[in-house]
Formats: sequence, structure tokens, C-alpha cells
Amino acid sequence: MNSLILRTASRFLLILLFQFSIFLLLRGHNDPGGGFVGGLVLAAALTLYAIAYDVRSMRRFLPCRAQTIIAWGLLAAAVSGIFSMFKGQPFMTGQWGHFDFLGLDLHLGTPLLFDIGVYLTVVGVVLIVIISLAEEVEDD
Amino acid sequence: MEALLAIVIGVLYASGVYMLMRRSIVKLIIGLALLAHGASLLVFTAAGLTRAVPPVIPYGEKAVTAVADPLPQALILTAIVISFGVQAFAMVLAYRAYQTVGTDDLDDMKATDT
Amino acid sequence: MIFAVLSGFVLALLAPTLYRLSARWSGAVFSVFPAILAFYFLSHMEAVAGGAAYRVTYPWMPAMGLELSFNLDGLGLLFALAITVVGTLIITYAGSYLHGHPSLPRFYLFILMFMASMLGVVLSDNLIALFIFWELTSITSYFLIGFEHDKDTARAAALQALLVTGGGGLALMAGVLLMGQIGGTFEISALAADNAALQGHRLYPLVLALVLAGAFTKSAQVPFHFWLPSAMEAPTPVSAYLHSATMVKAGVYLLARLSPVLGGSDIWLYVVTGFGAATMLASAYQALYQTDLKKILAYSTVSVLGTLTMLIGLGDKLAIKAAMVFLMAHVLYKAALFLVAGSIDHETGTRDIRHLGGLRKTMPIICAGAGVGALSMAGLPPFFGFVGKEALYEAVTHGNLPVTVVAVLTSMLLFAVAWLAGIRPFSGAETHTPKHPHDPPWTMWLGPVFLGCLSVLFGFVPVLPESLLSAAASSVLGKEVHMHLALWHGFNALLVLSLVTFGLGALVYWQLETIKRVTEFALPAVRRGPSHWYALWLRFLNWSAVGQTRVLQNGYLRLYLATIMTVTAVLAWYTFLTYGDVAVVAMDWGDIGVHEWVVGLVALVGAIATVRAQTFLRAVMALGVVGYSVALIFVLYGAPDLAMTQFLIETLSLILFVFVFYYMPPFKRFSSRVVIARHAVIGTAVGAFFTLLVLVATSVQWHPTISTYFSENSYLMGQGRNIVNVILVDFRGFDTLGEITVLAVAGIGVYSLIRLRLGKGRGS
Repeated sequence: MNSLILRTASRFLLILLFQFSIFLLLRGHNDPGGGFVGGLVLAAALTLYAIAYDVRSMRRFLPCRAQTIIAWGLLAAAVSGIFSMFKGQPFMTGQWGHFDFLGLDLHLGTPLLFDIGVYLTVVGVVLIVIISLAEEVEDD
Repeated sequence: MEALLAIVIGVLYASGVYMLMRRSIVKLIIGLALLAHGASLLVFTAAGLTRAVPPVIPYGEKAVTAVADPLPQALILTAIVISFGVQAFAMVLAYRAYQTVGTDDLDDMKATDT
Repeated sequence: MIFAVLSGFVLALLAPTLYRLSARWSGAVFSVFPAILAFYFLSHMEAVAGGAAYRVTYPWMPAMGLELSFNLDGLGLLFALAITVVGTLIITYAGSYLHGHPSLPRFYLFILMFMASMLGVVLSDNLIALFIFWELTSITSYFLIGFEHDKDTARAAALQALLVTGGGGLALMAGVLLMGQIGGTFEISALAADNAALQGHRLYPLVLALVLAGAFTKSAQVPFHFWLPSAMEAPTPVSAYLHSATMVKAGVYLLARLSPVLGGSDIWLYVVTGFGAATMLASAYQALYQTDLKKILAYSTVSVLGTLTMLIGLGDKLAIKAAMVFLMAHVLYKAALFLVAGSIDHETGTRDIRHLGGLRKTMPIICAGAGVGALSMAGLPPFFGFVGKEALYEAVTHGNLPVTVVAVLTSMLLFAVAWLAGIRPFSGAETHTPKHPHDPPWTMWLGPVFLGCLSVLFGFVPVLPESLLSAAASSVLGKEVHMHLALWHGFNALLVLSLVTFGLGALVYWQLETIKRVTEFALPAVRRGPSHWYALWLRFLNWSAVGQTRVLQNGYLRLYLATIMTVTAVLAWYTFLTYGDVAVVAMDWGDIGVHEWVVGLVALVGAIATVRAQTFLRAVMALGVVGYSVALIFVLYGAPDLAMTQFLIETLSLILFVFVFYYMPPFKRFSSRVVIARHAVIGTAVGAFFTLLVLVATSVQWHPTISTYFSENSYLMGQGRNIVNVILVDFRGFDTLGEITVLAVAGIGVYSLIRLRLGKGRGS
């Protein structure tokens, strides 16, 4: 689509929405949000960008192919369940701990890793659909 | 509100089922989408409605009562996302089938594998 | 012992990989493996002969009372040794026989898997486990018969064997389940200890019929015998192993194993003995008419299986002893003769006895092995076959006259058959064959020679296998028995009977053509009958399958859906009107705020507009209206997570819809008014039911909600305040993992649909 306003807006929106999606992902455990919503926000932002410019420009923002994002997502989600097994607990028992990071007290646990997996998978799936279709259309 | 939602759900199911039985493959997919909406609302309503209190535990407390039922919400949330995946797949399948067969009439597609 | 059984499966699965690593050494490993198992089983010989059964149990599905229990007693040991010793020889032999065959790794895979399954059959004390191993032998047999899968006949024979034995397997399963139900346990030893309960039960005849159907199909008893000769399409080592020495004896084994449980009744006596006797005579007779070396051996195998069945049917002490001796003798000579037949085929290029002759000069070692095998089969002294036949005669003469006559006639025919199969190709003048024969490599004569030596050794010194055979007979009879085998019993009636048999047998062989001509009238009845029924039955099945597929799978999606929906609506309404309580339904319109009315009505209008839309763009827009209304409903009723997700998904869906349907043709009107009206009725019926369902569900609470648990423990156990999210990532995280996997599969599916263009050669 060739609209200057949309193009300019989508560029800013992409950055904003990316931050917002991370925000939703991280706060999701205690407030509305989470991996599903966060992933969808980022995917929507990238889709908007792809509409404003084209899919090729949008792909520049991706570190790897969409399939790879899905794979990392599933891997993260699956691996998050394994930690508990080292302690002899059933698969996917949540593990939590406090970590001191630059003076910040971080409360981290495997469910967060799981949610990151969900986030990545959702982003990857939406993108793989959009990219496949759009490239098909652009090719024809 | 349950009464109104019950009717909405009924209409969603009725129109979804009706659309599923069209010969156009596009309408079939729209029917799927309508059914998905109907199903989400069905689970949501059947579990009981609570106005405006999200199932979030306020800071400083250990547990809450009298909030919206969180369990159907969790179920619906994944259902929404999955139905998106299924619809995307169905749409692309329809698109690809149309390209290959040259028709969107399901009756004309029934003999393509012979 | 679990290791002994299961290691075979492991090695089988590794076989193709090992073969790829080193074709030469892997063959050696596969041959040595059964030998090691054989020594393992031999090491238990002394204990087992002393009457101690070696038993191992492993809880398998304790919730269902299932145990994986293995029991090594005399009978099991006899079979286990037959399986492993013959297995060693066969696998060694096959390495040369199939040398250079492209599917050799597959052969190793299946033959090792078969061996392990067969060990499982003969060692399991649990009927369920036995059944599973039993079916595994059927399946591996299917793959091995169809080994040359590019041949039509091999595929047909494999399918035939699978259908017949598989059908019997189903019957056996039903029988096993009934036995477990009646007896309260699946352990054979426990069932045998309390067989009165089972035999007194009114379902006993049914149980017996089902189990016998399984055993008879597996052991190729009349009228199911036809699959075994067809199965000769398999490579010869397979025929020697599965269809002579081991698998077909599984039925006999089952009869022997279950005779303490089911045996002893009158029906058992008449049915088992009757079928056995019919089989032994009918197939010995048919063997005379065969010209294919392997088919001759196959029919004679069926005949021997009949003999064993008959002996087990008789069930007294002498008969069971005779069955064990006869079984061992048969394993020794028949496997040898099959391997000889394979070698002849391999070296000369033909198995047709009319084209074979004078091979004694060109293949002297094979000739020696064949000679011993044939003489043992004919029941001549001093070979072990003679001991077997004497035991058989002793048993039947203590039985009754008809059985004796059948036994003598069969032995007479088998005498001639033995000559036909084992002596004739080597005697007489040399014939012209497709290939110039010479003795095969040692791997291929080892089997016949080794087994032949055992035939001779056990014939001269029948004391050697005595303890094993006594132990086997003891476990069938359920009490300690000792047998004394000897080559020379003195000059008595049995010896006279043997001499008469030899004389008659020689006469039959000498006047073979005349006898064949005279008795030919009976041939169609025994030969064409059952296999003809099988063909008819198969044709009927195919016909009815095609017919009902044409009716049910007519290819009209909307008809399927209309059928499913109609049935659902009718059943649901019926149930509701019959059992439901409509009185609980309360329609409360008073509590709805204005904004709620608006949202609800917009959703309603959107849904109807979607259905009525004339262009796809309008339909998609209306659908969007529905989706956003649903999201608003989530907002109103305390579900912010859902609302956000629904908004985003709806937006993305709309984009996708527009993306894709832009390329689709515009809506057309396909259906007539009648069809539309019919579908509208179906849709309304379904929709109205769901309306009612919601009203009932919100009016009544049948069960206490389980959500309280999540609300109370979300922070304490899940360490999160957003309960929905805690459920998703923690309480029910496994579900979510499954769901994102489905999502990923859908995504990959979309990608493949777009990118993989078969036939167009385009892709990225």
C-alpha cells in the first residue's frame, strides 16, 4: 500500500508495539497479558508494517525465518518443563527463584520461559502465514 | 444477560451450521469462523457470567473469591488462537484448491482425486 | 528372561543400521544371537527337567491387573530351543541364500522380530501378552511371505495368510478375554489350577470354539489349511522357519498350553481329534499331487500339524508324550528338508520335481542331508522319525480304531511323500536344469547336516532328549511323567504295524501314477473347497465395501454435514425432551443494561448479515462485526485477556480473509430454494438446541465448580496473580504445550501448501 501516513505511522508503531508486546509478555503472570496476547501484538505490528511497505521490508526485522521462530518457541516451552524433572518432580512443575541482577531483585520461574515459548510460537505462526501468502501474491 | 447471550449463541450456531452446508468453499470457512465464535461464547456463558471483575488477585492478597471464572477463560483463550490457526490453514487450502481445480464449488471438487 | 525375549526386538530394530555399517559382520552377529539365546535356554535345562519352572513377572499395567509374566517350563523350553536352534541355522543359511538381495536388511529385521515374538508366545504366562506376541508373529509372517513384494502372487499369499491367521487371531482375542472374564485372571497357570470353573461355565463351548479357531487358523488345520501352501511364496528360509518349524506350531503350542485349562472335556476330545485327523489325512493325500518341492513339503507339514493336533486332542499320557516326540522329530527333519529344497532351488534354478534328478553326484553334501531327513520323515529306523512314529502308533493303538487307521494311512502316504521330496531329486539320471548345480557354501549345508546329525544321534541314543521331552509332556499334562524312548522295543505289534506301513508306502511310491489317477476324483473336494470359499468371501467383502463406500462416501461434503447435523440435532433434542427439565429454564430480561443490549444485538445482526451477504467482502465485514462484538462481551464480563486476544485475532483474521478471498471467485447461487430451506431448518434446529443448552446450563449447577481451586492456589502455588495466565502456563501448561504445537503444525501446513507446488517444479 502506498500511503505516506501509514508508512510513517507503522514505523513508529512497530517500535512502540514491540515494546508493548514485551511488556504484556512480562507482566502477564500478574496482570492481564501473557504470551498469547503479547505474541499477537507483535505479529499484528509486523503485519501492519508489511501492509504499509511490503513483506520483504518487514522480513528485515526478523533475525531468522519464521519457521525457526516457531521451532525456538516450541523448544523453549518444552524445555521449561524439564527443569522440574532434575528435582524428581513431575514434568512441568513450576520452578521459581529470586535472582539478583544489577541490584534488582528478579523473581523468575520456568512458567515465564514457557510463556516466552508461547510468545515466540504465536509470532512465528502468524508470520509464517502472512509471509507465505504475501509472497505468493507478490510472486504472481 | 444470559437470555440475550443464549439467543446470540443460538443464532451463531444456526448460521454457522447453515454456512457449513453451502457449496462455496469460501462460505464453508466463514461458517467455521461463526461456529468458533459461537463455541467461545457458549463456554464463556455456560460457566456463569460475572460483571467486570477480572480473575486477577490484587497485590497484597493471597487469593480472591467472587471473580469471573478463570478456567473457561483459559480454555477459550487457547481456543481462539487455535481456531485462528485452523482457519488460516483452511483458507489457504481453499485458495490452493481453487487454483488447482479452477472452481470453488465443492460439488465439482469431489471427483478431483479420481 | 525378559531380556532374552525383548533383546530380539531391540536387535531387530537395529538390524538395518548394523547391516549398513557392515554387511559381512552384521550377518554373523544376527546368526550368533539366536545361538547365544539357545545356550541361555539350555542352561536352564537341568532345573526345568527337575520340574522347577523358572518364572519372571514384571508389572505391566497394574491398574488393569496385567502382568508381563514369563514362565519357562518344559513345554516352553522345548519350543524355545526349537526356535533358537533352528533360528541360528536359518539366519546363517539366509545370509547366503539371499546374498546380494537389496532387501536383505529388511529380511533380518523381520526374521529377528519374528523370532522374538515367537519366543514371547511360547514363554508368556499371561494370555494378553501371549495374544500380542501371537499377533506379532502373524504380522511378521505377512511381511516375510510378501518379502518379494514386487510379485503379485507373493502379495496375494501374504494377504491370504494375514487374513486367515488374523481372523483367527481376532477369535482368539475374544476367547482370551472371555477366559479372563470367567476365570478372573489372565495367568495361564492360575487358570489351569482352577479349570473346573471355566469348564463348568455355560460359555465354555463358545470359549473353546474361539480359541480353537485361533489355533486352527494358525496351525493350518482343515478347513483353514490352504494358506500354508500358498505361503510357500516366501523365501525358502522363511518357509523352513516360520511355516514349518515354528510359527505354524504356535497353534499346536496353544492347544498344548491350554489343554490343562480347556482340555479333558468331551467336546475337546471330539473336535480337536476330529479336525486333527481330517487334516493329517487330507493334506498327506494332497501332497502326492504336488510337483513343487516346497508345496510337497508344505502339505506334509500340514499333515504333521494335523497329527499333533489329533494327539493333543486325545490328551492322554501316551498321546501327549507322542506329540512331544513327534514334534521334535518333525522340527529336525522338516526344517532340514526345506533347507535342502532351498539349496536345490538356489543351485539348479527349479523346484519342480519332474525336472530334477541325479543330483547326488553334483550335490553330495546336500544329498546326505536330504537323505537323512527323508528317511527320518518316512519313519525308518535308526532315525529319530522312527522313534516318533512308534510313539504315535503306541498312542493311537491305545486310542480307538478310526484314529489308528487314519494314522497308518497318513504314515503310509508320508512315506511316499518323503521319498518324493527327499530321495527322488537325487536319484536316477541327471537332468538338464536351468543352472549347473554344485554344492552350495558351508553356510547353506550347515543346517541340513546339523539337523540330520541330530536326527541320527537322537535316533541311536533316544535317551538324550528324554528329559526335555518328559518335562514338556509333564507341563502339558500337569503332572510329573517320565518317558523311556528306545529304538528297539522288541518284536511286537507296533513293529508289525510299522513294517506294514513301510510296505504300503513303498507300494504307493512305486504305483504313484496309478494311485493318483484312481483317487483323483476326491481331489477337487479337498483342494478347491476352502480356498474357493476364501476367494468368494474376499470378493464379497470387496464388493460390499465398494458398494457401501459409494453410498456413504458420496463425495458431497454438505450431505455428510447435513447428515451429521441432523442426527446430532435429533438425538440432542430427543434426549433433552425426554430427560431434560425445561422448567428450570428462566428467561430473565430484566438485568440487561442498555450497552449490553447494543452489543448483543450487534452480534445478532452481524451473524445474520454474514449469512445473507451477497459478496465475500460484505460477509467478511459482517463476520468482523460478530468477532468484535464477542470481544466486547469479554470486556463486559471480566475477561480482559480474552478481549485483547479476540481483538487481535479478529483483526489478523480479517486481513487474512481479505488477502485470500480477494483471489477467489465471487459468490454464486448454487443451491435451490428447497435445499436452502432444508439447510435453514437443520441450522435452526441445531442453533435452538444450543440456546436451550445455555439457558439450562446457566440456570442449574450440577457440580461444584473446580475453579475455586485455581483461584485459591494461583498465587500460593503458581506464584502469579493473573489466574488465567497461571492456568495457561502452569496448572494446565501441558495442554497449552499441546495447543501451541497444533498451532505450529497449522503454520507449517500453510507454508507447505503455499510453497510446495508438486509437479510445477517451483519452490524457493
